[in-house]
Amino acid sequence: MALTPDDVSRIAHLARLQLSAPEQAKMLVQLNGFFSIVEQMGAVDTSGVEPLYTPLSAVQTVELRLREDVVTETDQRERNQASAPAVEAGLFLVPRVIE
Amino acid sequence: MSGIPNPSTFIRGFEVVIGLETHAQLSTLSKIFSGASTHFGAAPNTQACAIDLALPGTLPVMNRGAVERAIRLGLAVGAKVAPLSIFARKNYFYPDLPKGYQISQYETPVVQGGRIPFVLNGQPRSVRLTRAHLEEDAGKSLHEDFAGQTGIDLNRAGTPLLEIVSEPDMRSSVEAVAYARALHALVVWLGVCDGNMQEGSFRCDANVSVRRPGDALGTRREIKNLNSFRFLQQAIDYEVQWQIDRIEDGLSIEQATVLFNPDTGQTRAMRSKEDAHDYRYFPDPDLPPLVISPDWVERVRQAMPELPAAMAERLMREDGLGADDAAVMTQSLPFARYYEALRDACKQPKLAANWLMGDISKRLNAAGLSIEHMPVAVPVLAVLLGRVTDGTVSHSGARQVLDTLWADGGAEVDAVISVKGLKQMSDSASLQAIVDAVVAANSKSVDEYRAGKDRAFNALVGQVMKASLGKANPAQASELLKRTLG
Amino acid sequence: MSTLPIEHRGVTELAQGLAAGEFSSVEVTTALLARLQQHQDLGAVLATNAEASLAQARAADQRRANGTATVLTGVPLAHKDIFATDFSTSGMATTAGSKMLAGYRSPFDATVVARLGHGEGHGENTNAQGAGMVTLAKLNCDEFAMGSANENSAFGAVKNPWDLARVPGGSSGGSAAAVAARLIPAATGTDTGGSIRQPASFCGVTGIKPTYGVCSRYGMVAFASSLDQAGPMARSAADCALLLTAMSGFDVRDATSAERPAQDFHAQMLTVRAGASAARPLQGLRVGLPKEFFPAALSNDVHGAVHAALAELENLGACLVDVSLPRTELCIPVYYIIAPAEASSNLGRFDGVKFGHRSAAPVDLLDMYKRTRAEGFGPEVKRRIMIGTYVLSHGYYDAYYVQAQKLRRMIADDFRACFAHCDVIAGPVAPTVAWALGEQADDPLRVYLADIFTLPASLAGLPGMSLPAGFGNGGMPVGLQLIGNYFQEGTLLHTAHALQQASDWHRAVPRGF
Repeated sequence: MALTPDDVSRIAHLARLQLSAPEQAKMLVQLNGFFSIVEQMGAVDTSGVEPLYTPLSAVQTVELRLREDVVTETDQRERNQASAPAVEAGLFLVPRVIE
Repeated sequence: MSGIPNPSTFIRGFEVVIGLETHAQLSTLSKIFSGASTHFGAAPNTQACAIDLALPGTLPVMNRGAVERAIRLGLAVGAKVAPLSIFARKNYFYPDLPKGYQISQYETPVVQGGRIPFVLNGQPRSVRLTRAHLEEDAGKSLHEDFAGQTGIDLNRAGTPLLEIVSEPDMRSSVEAVAYARALHALVVWLGVCDGNMQEGSFRCDANVSVRRPGDALGTRREIKNLNSFRFLQQAIDYEVQWQIDRIEDGLSIEQATVLFNPDTGQTRAMRSKEDAHDYRYFPDPDLPPLVISPDWVERVRQAMPELPAAMAERLMREDGLGADDAAVMTQSLPFARYYEALRDACKQPKLAANWLMGDISKRLNAAGLSIEHMPVAVPVLAVLLGRVTDGTVSHSGARQVLDTLWADGGAEVDAVISVKGLKQMSDSASLQAIVDAVVAANSKSVDEYRAGKDRAFNALVGQVMKASLGKANPAQASELLKRTLG
Repeated sequence: MSTLPIEHRGVTELAQGLAAGEFSSVEVTTALLARLQQHQDLGAVLATNAEASLAQARAADQRRANGTATVLTGVPLAHKDIFATDFSTSGMATTAGSKMLAGYRSPFDATVVARLGHGEGHGENTNAQGAGMVTLAKLNCDEFAMGSANENSAFGAVKNPWDLARVPGGSSGGSAAAVAARLIPAATGTDTGGSIRQPASFCGVTGIKPTYGVCSRYGMVAFASSLDQAGPMARSAADCALLLTAMSGFDVRDATSAERPAQDFHAQMLTVRAGASAARPLQGLRVGLPKEFFPAALSNDVHGAVHAALAELENLGACLVDVSLPRTELCIPVYYIIAPAEASSNLGRFDGVKFGHRSAAPVDLLDMYKRTRAEGFGPEVKRRIMIGTYVLSHGYYDAYYVQAQKLRRMIADDFRACFAHCDVIAGPVAPTVAWALGEQADDPLRVYLADIFTLPASLAGLPGMSLPAGFGNGGMPVGLQLIGNYFQEGTLLHTAHALQQASDWHRAVPRGF
């Protein structure tokens, strides 16, 4: 299956990436080249196989570890906002969000 | 129960179908994936730690307290608690979503199935739950105050949520509100959520569609973020009319996410979100599967309080309370605890219930207090009720005593009775003397009574009460009068 | 006692010198800081802060004076700029090689950084005592660890010290180059699909990617969460063992961190095998050679060097066994589906809202997102975000992402079958030696294909090592790859150490350094 220019602009939008027309064209070629390599994967019969989402679960049971419900963090606002592009009165500022 | 249409709920000939998704903030001290505080009302971004802000390199670690509350709710609604459940990433871009994805659950939620029972128009009903899953809350956007810009506060980001999804079993806005109230009461009862709707602890999204009876389900629109029962009802009512109008005009309903404006009372579709629905869910590789052992479920079950429905039934059975009274006693866990303590102290279940439902509730409501802040302690109130029972004071006298106790929690019942001179006459001989005197002085009323006019009897009782300066026990006075008059 | 000048000494030798009082940490630090300055043209360094480094060196010397120093205390190292370093103590930003994070001041240290340095004093985790190493620099890398040549950095390419016209490999190109050029004795790197092993091979240094979960990922700017692992890069297996011991171990802040007791990898490296002798330290070690790792396309020079190294292993007592990893080729599409998918999600946080780059004068929110990300990310990162977004999207998720994760399990099962017949697996790290700068710039696919030998161990989560095994075309280094079973880092280090005792490929110094 080959991607179309519409696919490229749809995915770019989903990923919030602005791509110029030449960039989109180049991306289309590269993505199609990539997916032609990927096609061989689809031909393999994987029926009955469970996906391996985390590698150690191939050899042992991996369970989610839980932490006790205690407050451990103090107010570090200034340090945490040291690299913020736009801050006022402790709030992160962004262009107006209209719903 | 869905299935058989109930024409009495139809609107303009259409059947209304409603499902609710409720987001309940869990009452943990810290966030679901970080150790920052969940306390409401802090200055912006002072409770948003590095993990909540999604600073590069941060990773989530799951809060045991959030899981425990999910188990508790699951048991309370008779659902299956999944022995293994998976956390998934829901990917989308929004300024109040720091990671660019929300950690939620998709294919395998922690709670599956269940039902919420409640009463509607005096009839028992229940709504089935599809599922309940754990996820994290987003931050808040503040649109005012920043010319042309929006301020983002991420204190709320990472607060644990339990998203409780109902089947589309409801057929009216009234039913939806009854369900929501019952669910609200339950989560507060269980202690899993503080239920503070003004603070956003309990928010409902309503999925609403309409159809002509017998047709397939109509396209539904989702009304988001309703944080009061009143708004829930208003929003659904408006939406239903809007959808019916459109259908009758020959137009179609498009699936949409919709906001309710409390000022106008109207619902309006949000700005187009196009592929907002392609969330690209996949299992979160930072979080291995959550395993909940049968032992853990059992421990939670053992520690659970008796559920309100079961308790109400028990109060009806053991204490002889009526259904309505039992429902009022079990309106909240603190209220039920107070009732049981009072009942045990004064040994008079019905009297205790009556006073709590009547005078106590009235005063609490007027003062805007909940029962936890009741100024009169159980032992004191029990003594007062005892004095009513043994005739020391009349009901109205007791109310006056209560006034004083309410204002001064340290006051002593008998002392107040004495100081206020409220002690009822209990001496039969003196009372008999008064009765004799009244009978002698009111021959007209006596004759009318003997002629069959019951009102005359009440007048005579009134005279006895007046003559005794209100200190006679009305029941006793009636009794003596009856006997005297023969 | 080493006779090498300070700058050329490795971790072990510097540690010995410091312990013997031959020199102070301040002296070593000062010497290496000068050397870093001297060789800026390599492009390996993104940041230094002499004041902060010297303060750490003085603290290390103090620890030594009052008897609380441990073996690594006072030894300098540098960190791949993927690791968060607390700006307030390091004076150095964390960029991940990207414009998106230019100048970003992390308020915390990565766990690995803290453990190697001043220790963790975090919340309930007050394991304060770190190894006390001195951080000299943040090192260049491919942007967000995506690349195999360190040509994808927003801050310039890194040069291979063995031939300045060639790439050092990637994504830990800065780390490999700096260690090879003797600018620092050791560096941290990260390996998602080969990013420690391949640059180690291209630059003639030793590096190890441990089993998934052995090192904490907390504080590592995330690329692909189920694949990323931190690891040391140095000039010997012994040095790597010392570092890995200090870096590794369970971390409460990483839910994928393996819960195991603390490991002394150096001790494991020195453990004598049953039946071994001084001449045959690898007696009884079965070394599996997957036939898929020696395809026709493997370049002759690499083939030759690897086989020479394998012959040496045999001399040392190992026996070579033929094995098979039949799905080796499939590892390429499987990895290049899974890694970009996870990355596309991990990189969603770079939106110009809370930190990092934001485009100037955004028209509205959507414009801010799109332009911020277009400006902040380089072409390779964008490519992978596009791939990742696509394979997770509605309608393609099952055919691509789920299918890839299923194949991943089959690949892990293939390894399990192999390890029934051998103790370690060996082969080349890459099909060729380092290529010329700019040569592959327009052919990203060809670069992906060259990852073929390192991807399998990454997908399975197995530990993998690269150690120098001689030279190929153009006098460029060739690495030997060793892959171990889960949690068998000790076996890998032991094998590598034995080889390095009997050979001196790892001691070769690039001309001019």
